[in-house]
Amino acid sequence: MSERTLFVFVYLVLLGLLATTIGVSYLELGPWNPVLNLSIAAAKAFLIVWFFMHLNQSAGLVRLAAFAGLVWLALLFTLGLADWLTRPDGWMS
Amino acid sequence: MSTPSALHGPFSEPGQQQEAARLGLWLFIANELMLFGGLFMALTVYRIIHTETTRAASEHLHLWIGGANTAVLLTSSLTMVLAVLAARAGDVRTTVRMLLATAAIGAVFLALKGWEYRLEYDEGLMPGVGPVFPLGASQELFFNFYFVSTGLHAVHLALGIGAVLFFAARLHRGRMDLPHRSTMIEGLGMYWHFVDVVWVFLYPVLYLI
Repeated sequence: MSERTLFVFVYLVLLGLLATTIGVSYLELGPWNPVLNLSIAAAKAFLIVWFFMHLNQSAGLVRLAAFAGLVWLALLFTLGLADWLTRPDGWMS
Repeated sequence: MSTPSALHGPFSEPGQQQEAARLGLWLFIANELMLFGGLFMALTVYRIIHTETTRAASEHLHLWIGGANTAVLLTSSLTMVLAVLAARAGDVRTTVRMLLATAAIGAVFLALKGWEYRLEYDEGLMPGVGPVFPLGASQELFFNFYFVSTGLHAVHLALGIGAVLFFAARLHRGRMDLPHRSTMIEGLGMYWHFVDVVWVFLYPVLYLI
């Protein structure tokens, strides 16, 4: 497969994922709605980063630098949510 | 591929130079990730505190305009990556065409976004300006988040369009030598795709959940 074909294919998959995420948002799945929608967003982000941002052709050091950004983001969310998700019910009132 | 004109000090070979450019771009993108990450964190906390009112506020957004805009941005990412392919092949004409297409599609996104803002203004959903805000205080806070995060994203996209046009103009005037300088188009593309990725998350977080 030529690179051009690959990019067009990735683009079509991305559009398919977009259609899926809109479809999912119309279903009443309770707590699974955010889980599914965010998983689809993560899958789309991976495809863009891996193929369009050339991480698949990049050296290990470059991949590590890209991953480091994610690590800091994970720290922000883990430490932040460790507080907000563990508060007892009705703490505000 | 490895002509002397492509190489700048302190690098000893083109591959090393390209790797350094990508590394620098990723550092910049990690920096941007923290900027948008803080906003996403704030919105997450807000959803934890006001789960129901936030969901109710989110239903006032125009889901289909946002969805169409996602498709628009994904399309612009395709044309951008095709510009990079053309640049690597040394095809200046196709590179310029693809860059112009990318900028035009980016402008379509901004136009749709502007139309959406206009609709929200008319509905009174823009806090602080226009008609009185029709919903409760916590919903107003959600709309503050919505305008700040999409506004910041739109500024990034507008800067991206400017940069794409700048490079297209330089190529058109023969001021940039391809494929020797294709790494610059690649860096431009990485920024563009990052702005796309931010929207890929903003869309479900604001509109769909």
